[in-house]
Amino acid sequence: MTSNNMVNIYLYTRYERFWHWMQTALILLLLVTGFELNGLFTLFGFKAAAEIHNFAGLTWLILFAFFVFWLFTTGEWRQYVPTTRKMLSVIRYYTYGIFRGEPHPVPKRKDAKHNPLQRLVYLSLAAALLPVQMATGFLYWGYNSWKDWGLGWLSLEVVAAIHLAGAFAILSFLIVHIYMITTGHTVFAHTRAMISGWELVQEGTKIEDWEQKKRKAPQPVA
Amino acid sequence: MEGCNRIWRWAAAVFFGALVLPSWCLAQTQVLDENQAPGRTMAQQATKGPQIWITADHSLHPVLQKTFTSGPEVTEACLSCHELAAGQFQKTIHWSWLDPNVDSKMKVGKGGLTMNNFCINLQSNEPRCTSCHAGYGWKDKNFDFSNPHAVDCLVCHEQTGTYKKFPTGAGFTVDQPTVFKGNGKTYKPPEWNAVAQSVSRPTRKNCGTCHFFGGGGDGVKHGDLDSSLMKPNKELDVHMGVDGQNFDCVRCHTTEVHSIAGRIYSTPAAMERKSLIEDDLAPKIMCESCHSRTPHKPGVKANDHTDKVACQSCHIPTFARVNPTKMWWDWSKAGQKKDGKPYQEKDEFGKPKYDSKKGEFRWAKNVAPEYFWFNGSLKGLTAKDTIDPGKTVAVSWPVGGKDDANSRIFPFKVHRGKTPYDKINKTMVIPHLFGKPGTGAYWGDFDWKKSAASGMAYAGLPFSGEMDFVETSYVFPITHMVAPKNKALKCSECHAKNGRLANLTGFYMPGRDASKVIQYIGWAVVFGSLAGVFIHGLGRYIARGRKER
Repeated sequence: MTSNNMVNIYLYTRYERFWHWMQTALILLLLVTGFELNGLFTLFGFKAAAEIHNFAGLTWLILFAFFVFWLFTTGEWRQYVPTTRKMLSVIRYYTYGIFRGEPHPVPKRKDAKHNPLQRLVYLSLAAALLPVQMATGFLYWGYNSWKDWGLGWLSLEVVAAIHLAGAFAILSFLIVHIYMITTGHTVFAHTRAMISGWELVQEGTKIEDWEQKKRKAPQPVA
Repeated sequence: MEGCNRIWRWAAAVFFGALVLPSWCLAQTQVLDENQAPGRTMAQQATKGPQIWITADHSLHPVLQKTFTSGPEVTEACLSCHELAAGQFQKTIHWSWLDPNVDSKMKVGKGGLTMNNFCINLQSNEPRCTSCHAGYGWKDKNFDFSNPHAVDCLVCHEQTGTYKKFPTGAGFTVDQPTVFKGNGKTYKPPEWNAVAQSVSRPTRKNCGTCHFFGGGGDGVKHGDLDSSLMKPNKELDVHMGVDGQNFDCVRCHTTEVHSIAGRIYSTPAAMERKSLIEDDLAPKIMCESCHSRTPHKPGVKANDHTDKVACQSCHIPTFARVNPTKMWWDWSKAGQKKDGKPYQEKDEFGKPKYDSKKGEFRWAKNVAPEYFWFNGSLKGLTAKDTIDPGKTVAVSWPVGGKDDANSRIFPFKVHRGKTPYDKINKTMVIPHLFGKPGTGAYWGDFDWKKSAASGMAYAGLPFSGEMDFVETSYVFPITHMVAPKNKALKCSECHAKNGRLANLTGFYMPGRDASKVIQYIGWAVVFGSLAGVFIHGLGRYIARGRKER
């Protein structure tokens, strides 16, 4: 992997980068204040922590709606469609090839940002973990209105337990994610890409049609 | 929820009228005054401009200028104009000392068989106890409760501050200057014309004469009522502070024909939680009456607490903040003597910690309350009720529960101690305490069995002859001594693992009750992830080193 046969490609649009870092800030804030409310430590004080947590949570909820809107209007949702193709080679890469200096089996391209493992993880995050976290958080926040919403049968204990479990899952993801972004051709390559939008990738790697988010144009009949 | 208001505005500003906040948010409360909680504004409006309604000057009344020689004569003069007053008053608990909502044959009330763990019961001890009765002559069970002239108008209405009923005089004043051995003070006969002509609406001093000294001394009983409230500052009580609103007791304890608003045994102070907005003639006895149900600024989480947490729980962080209050009274230690004589010992507050007549005491200042679910109703033991001496006997206890919509988490002073009980009949015992040697009174003869036999016989109750002492508890709701808002409890006083509500279980409270299982698994996953990436990273580091070599 030498840089003389690498090209700079524009991988992340301005909105994606904003969304990514905004979400980063919100998640960090929510984790810190959330664990303070959980009783792990004292930083802001319970009252301030609760207010920040509620504020950040509601902000995230609102922003998430914009993200979903962006996802579907741009067709970027196709980047999240899960696949098993090349999955084994990606797993083999991270468990074996990476130690031998082999190239990544699924290099990044504008139309194929996520390798199969990422697709699966990010789909689980965006479609399951984060929505569950937001839903339980919203319910937690609206506890006093449950009766009015016809949700009097809900148990705060259960909602709180799911919310806490979700927090641990997100924290665990965060740890692995922060580590994984160091596995580019340099330690900070992926981080820089998420800041500037531009990522250095190896030139000339063939991207299979199925890996691209674009629908294939119908082939002209011969 | 009002919380969404501010957030909504913020979101709207950032996202140019964002699309997604649920529409119900739009319909929420408007902020009227940004600088003050609406509940405060409401209460200030409800109490502004104290009006003087008085249209008579009692010092000009000829009937109050004649010569009086006793209290009942003054009462007679009062009733010559206020014909209905005695009849009204005699229907109230201030007169009967019995729960008006229970059949009087059941004798529920301090004038009946209801017990406490201070001086235990009035039966056979009347002359001492009834110095706080607004009447004259309740010296034994033959007192005539229908005699209008036995009503003591003056103790509640006179304003000279010189009218003193003798502590053991069954409600009477003295005819000659007399020293009371119990406190060494000299009691003087009243200047009848001066006190009679001074009458007015009851002030803190009138009410406090008895209610600040319940149990026979300053701050013995309540914890949130003692002589420090005669002239409190705002720091001690935001409502009564002479440097602030300067409320009298009757400002909140509103009165109709001598019937004063407040809790009466198992009857809550108010059956409905209404503010003056909903019912402008509602009694002003509750915080909600003037401050409304959501008194804090819109969006403040405390507004969401008012359905389950009483205002008092957060706004009275501690009671007995100026004067100490009695927390423990062990009658079983009574009777010790020095050189064959009864004696007293004082504690660091100058309060008795031992008294041969009464046993051992513990006093405390600045006490954090205990918290229980409370719907405004207190229940108590009578001398007829069966007890379980195997555990602490609750002599009185709050009624309520987490699933009762009328219950709130409420602060209490719990007075504990040891009081006598009948080992065979399993009842509490009414001891005959006050009396001269030879009468069976404990304070005369220092003999518990005689005292118990005498007291129980007087009350018409069986006594087996076998007695011992059992640990007891007695509760007082804490509702006075409301502190300034900046002294209200911090969230973490309760929202914590070992907070003030640690003993109130059965419901989920954030900050206290997070699932242990999920925390164990959660941290295992988090540390597992950390270990995983560390090992993987180490592997990469080593592999790269090898390759470079």
